[in-house]
Amino acid sequence: MTEILDILVSAAFWTAVLRIATPYVLGTLGELLCERAGVLNLGIEGIMTLGAMAGWMAVYQGADLWTGVVFAAGCGALLGLLHALLTVPLGLSQHVTGIGVTLLGTSLSYYVYRLVLPQASTPPTVTPFQPLDLPGALAQTPLTYLALALVVLVAYVLYRTPVGLAVRLVGENPAAAEAQGLNVTALRIGAVMAGSALMALAGAFLTLSAFNAFFFNMVNGRGWICVALVVFASWRPGKALLGALLFAVFDALQLRLQQVAGGVLPYQVFLMMPYLLSILALVLVARRASYPRALMVPYRKGER
Amino acid sequence: MPTPASRAVSGGAEVVLRLDGITKRFGPLLANDGISLTLRAGEVLALLGENGAGKTTLMNILFGHYVADSGTIEAFGRPLPPGSPKAALRAGIGMVHQHFTLADNLSVLDNVAVGTERLWRPWSDRAAAKRKLLALAQRFGLGVRPDAPVGDLSVGERQRVEILKALYRDARILILDEPTAVLTPQESAGLFDTLRKLTADGLAVVFISHKMNEVFAASDTVAVLRAGKLVATHATASTDQHRLAELMVGRAVKPPAPAALVPGAPVLELASVTVASGHGRPLLDTVDLTVRRHQVIGIAGVSGNGQTALAELVSGLIHPAGGHAALKGERIDRADPAGMVRRGVARIPEDRHSAGLVGAMAVWENLIAERYRDRDFSRLGVLRRGAARAYAREVISAFDVRCPGPDARTQLLSGGNMQKLILGRTLAHGPDLILASQPTRGLDVGAVSYVHGRLLEARARGAGVLLISEDLDEILALADSIAVIHHGRLTPLLPHGRVSVGQLGLLMAGHWDILPEIVDAA
Repeated sequence: MTEILDILVSAAFWTAVLRIATPYVLGTLGELLCERAGVLNLGIEGIMTLGAMAGWMAVYQGADLWTGVVFAAGCGALLGLLHALLTVPLGLSQHVTGIGVTLLGTSLSYYVYRLVLPQASTPPTVTPFQPLDLPGALAQTPLTYLALALVVLVAYVLYRTPVGLAVRLVGENPAAAEAQGLNVTALRIGAVMAGSALMALAGAFLTLSAFNAFFFNMVNGRGWICVALVVFASWRPGKALLGALLFAVFDALQLRLQQVAGGVLPYQVFLMMPYLLSILALVLVARRASYPRALMVPYRKGER
Repeated sequence: MPTPASRAVSGGAEVVLRLDGITKRFGPLLANDGISLTLRAGEVLALLGENGAGKTTLMNILFGHYVADSGTIEAFGRPLPPGSPKAALRAGIGMVHQHFTLADNLSVLDNVAVGTERLWRPWSDRAAAKRKLLALAQRFGLGVRPDAPVGDLSVGERQRVEILKALYRDARILILDEPTAVLTPQESAGLFDTLRKLTADGLAVVFISHKMNEVFAASDTVAVLRAGKLVATHATASTDQHRLAELMVGRAVKPPAPAALVPGAPVLELASVTVASGHGRPLLDTVDLTVRRHQVIGIAGVSGNGQTALAELVSGLIHPAGGHAALKGERIDRADPAGMVRRGVARIPEDRHSAGLVGAMAVWENLIAERYRDRDFSRLGVLRRGAARAYAREVISAFDVRCPGPDARTQLLSGGNMQKLILGRTLAHGPDLILASQPTRGLDVGAVSYVHGRLLEARARGAGVLLISEDLDEILALADSIAVIHHGRLTPLLPHGRVSVGQLGLLMAGHWDILPEIVDAA
């Protein structure tokens, strides 16, 4: 017990929590935006991978870090546009399309990486974002602060602006939105593109902030966790931040417990812990969640 | 209530809407055939017609949900661009849809104000929106709570929100699609009061209806549609119900005439039956009900008051948490749907598309769906397709199902023919109890009279009929006794003829304090 307490009061632990949480915050916000407009985006894993590769590659080719970040977001938005075109105007199954987008995004990233760097055996590195010169756990890279700011921004847009209200209505009842003179197709495509850009930012954080290189499998299921975190958060940005932080606490804790108690239990047990606890949290919290009513329902004009 | 004649609009009022030669085809179906109409400020126009006559299609063209194949629309002297609800809203046209277009998870204010501000404005002026909403609500007597989620509202309140939505956008022409279908008689009267306040303010109103009494209660002018054509336009005061009914149907209509029969032995008995709902108020609360042979029992009520639970209970889909349920004297507290069918219950489900039939399957497959395990239709786990098709052909001809044959895909049938298919499936076996939930919802007059005739035939043969309907006219036409359902509770049986429409309306709205006087009188 005292070991856990020691861990919980150390600044290094909380520094790690914020760092680990960042891609989850960005990815969850992105997924949340898509789902609020009524589109499930299971392309998230592939879009994150593309964002990780594209951001890193831009910087590796000589762009500065922020240009890399913007480039990654743009690539994510484009892949999101593909998902949106297939699911919104064409009304294809959102599950199947999303899995297709994930496969495409992942393989496309590996392919481009290999095309540009056919020989590299050890992944080449770039100089990543450096932590700001602040005390304790506040010493984070700028992207972490950007993620926190985006939580506030997304919440503001969704709840305090006309366009946010329109996006929410489109996810709840597209027929009502159309009867109010709104363009359902445009709003859904826009929300999916914006959400996908955020997902790509989450990927870019991995290669330009947390690490300094691009590896295969580096996204490693983070996208799927974000999909679950959206449910955990009941589709609310503030709760999404809370969920991401909670998950990061579990993850940072298991890393340190491995060192303390690694002799007693096999380390895989600790690796499992955050996922098990997430499932438990989902069961406890998400049962009463009221999901967007039109989620996963394609809208076709003039159909009853 | 002032008579319609006293409110007649002078011929000189400004023409606000002009439809000219509107034609619309859906495949082989001519839904609207060269319809021309005018509407004046302060006028209430009733659009009367059977289901499928093209009323809703016409209004959907007006509001921009559909584009007409030919014809033009002018609002306030300007041509209205086709196919754009946005343009219709801008031209001052508001529509209250039959199936409300509201988002349950959003507040009343959000539902009303969405889309009224510039989309990319960086903030919303909610305080001003709320002031405007409350001012409108007060002016026209449409009480609402701006911050309540729409999901918490009653049907009547939702309709008020829909009307306010149109008024909020400064609608000068208001279209209401079957506005009273979901209201109690008293709520309908309230709606008509609102319409009068609106027209006094210079608005023009079009309301779609297939109920004659409403046309006379609320309209100045009535336009009758039949099979896509405008067959007549009259000042309401200068015509009568009889004439309108003939225009609407195209021939004289006879109401069903149940023969007087002496009720027989009980088939269905419910004693203090309670069905829990998982949270809050039970779906059914200590319900007592007896249905006898040679009897039609009508269950009246506003939708969502426990009708679905009652139907599911009698179908064997759900089980009582308390009390006793018996069929022909045998306990059915734990019966499953297949067991209920075996025991002689015929079910006409509330929603024929989702619970009654499988649209993607063939007519013969649907016809044997309740008894495909019978020896007649399967042997050693293999279907006897020949026998099933032969049986299907018999039912198709006996019940006059219009379809290409037993192999036709069910979803291609019209609503009336689907309902005949369900009747054929369930009535061909001489059931003891018929559970008819909304048996004529969405059917045209011809199909309605067919269904009613078959139900009365079964009653004459000795079946008991439990008729659950939101259409009070249907219940009054068929039922021997009526019980009203409200919040999962059921009144005692009230003999038909001893209870007035007004009393039923009060009971449907939950004013059960009047119950003793009705029961005493009866």
